[in-house]
Amino acid sequence: MSNQHQYEVVIVGGGGAGLMAALYASRGAKTAVLSKLYPTRSHTGAAQGGIGAALGNQEEDNTGWHTFDTVKGSDYLGDQDAIEFMCQEAIPVVYELEHMGLPFSRAADGRIAQRRFGGHTNNDTKQPVLRSCYAADRTGHMILQTLYQQCIKNEVTFYDEFQVLDLLVVNGSSAGVVAVELATGELHTFHAKSVIFATGGHGRVWEVTSNAYAYTGDGVAITLRKGIPAEDMEFFQFHPTGIFKLGILITEGVRGEGGVLLNNDGERFMERYAPTVKDLASRDVVSRSMYLEVRDGRGINGKNYMNLDVRPETVNKYAESDGRVLPDGTPYRVTGDDILEKLPDIIDFCRTYLGVDPLEQMMPVQPTAHYAMGGIPTNMAGEVLVDDKNTVMPGLYAAGEVACVSVHGANRLGTNSLLDLVVFGKQAGLRAAEFAQGSDFVSLPGDAESYTHQQIDQFMNGSGKEETADLAKEMKSIMMEHVGVFRTEEGMTQAREKIAELKERFKDVGLEDKGKVFNTEMLDAWELGCLLDVAEVTAVSAVARKESRGAHAREDFPKRDDDNWMKHTLAWMRDGKVDLGYKPVSVTKFEPQERVY
Amino acid sequence: MQVTLRIFRYNPEIGRTKPTFDSYNLEVEPTDRILDLMEEVKAYHDGTLSFRRSCAHGVCGSDAMRINGSNKLACKVLVQDVSSPITLEPLLGLRVIKDLIVDMEPFMESYRSILPYMVNDDIPEDGKERLQSPEERARFDDTTKCILCAACTTSCPSFWSNGEYVGPAAIVNAHRFIFDSRDKAASERLEILNQRKGVWACRTAFNCTEACPREIHVTQAIAEVKRAVFSGSLE
Repeated sequence: MSNQHQYEVVIVGGGGAGLMAALYASRGAKTAVLSKLYPTRSHTGAAQGGIGAALGNQEEDNTGWHTFDTVKGSDYLGDQDAIEFMCQEAIPVVYELEHMGLPFSRAADGRIAQRRFGGHTNNDTKQPVLRSCYAADRTGHMILQTLYQQCIKNEVTFYDEFQVLDLLVVNGSSAGVVAVELATGELHTFHAKSVIFATGGHGRVWEVTSNAYAYTGDGVAITLRKGIPAEDMEFFQFHPTGIFKLGILITEGVRGEGGVLLNNDGERFMERYAPTVKDLASRDVVSRSMYLEVRDGRGINGKNYMNLDVRPETVNKYAESDGRVLPDGTPYRVTGDDILEKLPDIIDFCRTYLGVDPLEQMMPVQPTAHYAMGGIPTNMAGEVLVDDKNTVMPGLYAAGEVACVSVHGANRLGTNSLLDLVVFGKQAGLRAAEFAQGSDFVSLPGDAESYTHQQIDQFMNGSGKEETADLAKEMKSIMMEHVGVFRTEEGMTQAREKIAELKERFKDVGLEDKGKVFNTEMLDAWELGCLLDVAEVTAVSAVARKESRGAHAREDFPKRDDDNWMKHTLAWMRDGKVDLGYKPVSVTKFEPQERVY
Repeated sequence: MQVTLRIFRYNPEIGRTKPTFDSYNLEVEPTDRILDLMEEVKAYHDGTLSFRRSCAHGVCGSDAMRINGSNKLACKVLVQDVSSPITLEPLLGLRVIKDLIVDMEPFMESYRSILPYMVNDDIPEDGKERLQSPEERARFDDTTKCILCAACTTSCPSFWSNGEYVGPAAIVNAHRFIFDSRDKAASERLEILNQRKGVWACRTAFNCTEACPREIHVTQAIAEVKRAVFSGSLE
């Protein structure tokens, strides 16, 4: 073992959660961040529309409303104590980001500007509320840049382009990680008192996704292989508005600014599905409505997409019929310049990839795999939980999309992901440093790198009968068809069997590239292994849940079933198969009600 | 339609030390991204081809390279935007490690050298946000868009001839803070950029502005910083 490192805290992942954790952990402990990308290339940077906080800058709002909206949005599967904590922390943490220098867009009075977003309401009037704090339509980019800048200021140690391949667990405690340095192919062992996983999501399981190539479920797969369960994996969010075929995200902020979804008849169909908030219903509701419109023959030109219309004349027409007014009581009206100022990037995306100018034409959109509500089980402190009794694994933490606290339950509200990653990234960083201060290093076994060598050798010596790209295509296709927006017993069973078959065939993947320097072919293969594990756990968890809740919508069980299913799924990978268990949802203030928007 | 993709290859690890080009004839759609073609080559023609990529829609900055001689992001150029043969080469002015992958460290070091972070520890007594008018916020909006892809810096003739020059991207990031009404370290940054490695190395070639995939007015930002260095004023 040539490359040995010792840090009190090691953070895996350099996105928003990892960097926030790094800022806090590094204040109290010797800390390093390992990231498979340069941190500023993390997927946090693709988030567009905003971060939710009830600042009430432009109209009345409060954390109680934010909490209830999030509980309701989660279809009552979110843990209410954690949700309340997050919504309360939202206000100070948004101010903290501003103090760090984040260039929020501003209202006329100089305060942080806020916009409407799906599912966020004034609980008295039931109407959409201005809660999303934004920086044009590149809020995630600004959060990622700002946190990285602060890490430079605070001299945080980074290992850029280091891919973590294994978590070291000794006597039930986390003891470090093994990583490959992409530039050299050398293995490095990082001995640590605390390890924080902040590796992001796994949208690459599906064919149409808004997610980056790097979003391959590494954290969930690595921990599953170490006997740690994954929670609520059947709940994966399909964002309603991805660019047709490409899946590139078009922010919900488009509808927040007054854009509407139209079917082939030119009808604003969300009026039928969500009469009160219409296009600003939560994402699961809108995606399902779009699916039903297509199924009933109202897709645009007979195809499986809808039009998203943010042309000023359309926005103004519906603002008038809705009676939408500004906080000062004047009618809400927009110009092309207003739209361009608030949504510059999505206009650029449409011009680049579609040759469509959203100020003059409609955008073709379809639901796109977007966000993992499920992940590594944690509590509010970011500590990883290994069973249905919420037993903590000493020294192991997770935060951000890879974690399941659970604050999103069965469906996440827009703007709550950026909020989640700063709030719980901070908690995990604080707790990991605190734990490191009060504990000793666990001794590493002599063969710490053996499992990593085994993984690499499997690819290097693989027969090559199978191609990574072919297996990936088959996985994405079957998961899109059968474990997507709408699900059936038969379809999910088929997907489960197919994934099991693909996992067998995966053993015959080989490599043309036998080198060590930037062997991205090996990395692709390893990432596919993660995706297959994650896909299998997703399909098995999904087929077992015989109800519809949030993002898990079944044609054969169309209703939510609180008597039997108001519980979190836990899935373990044991001896080549998936075992399921369940644990209760934390309910503090809000008894489940029927969910209407 | 059919296109030919010519890709620069270099890999000393297997003795491929003399840069060469490999060509691939591909059946493609006019709306395919160049990155899609590269993925196709890697998956089905040559698994050893190496390049960086992540978001695939122009916001992460991983896949900056020379496409038919111009610096672009491979995920932001469509087949219909370029003529065949489509030639892909690594960015100029940074050491090539393998194929299209260059050593980003000198670029990141220049970025870090200009204090790329907010300096201002005063926060309002009520703990809330510092106020900033929409006009003050607009003053530096353009330069907040930078994704550190290095397309601008590696298109700059001054950078090619003088590796010490911090380059356009570092100056863009300095600009983002110098003209932010909340920041207090403008004078330190201007001092750094008044050194030999700073703004005076810029010869206003405008390559950087053309190269920026985020359409930042890079040359203008550099000019504004030059003026501030010269006059000592941010007006």
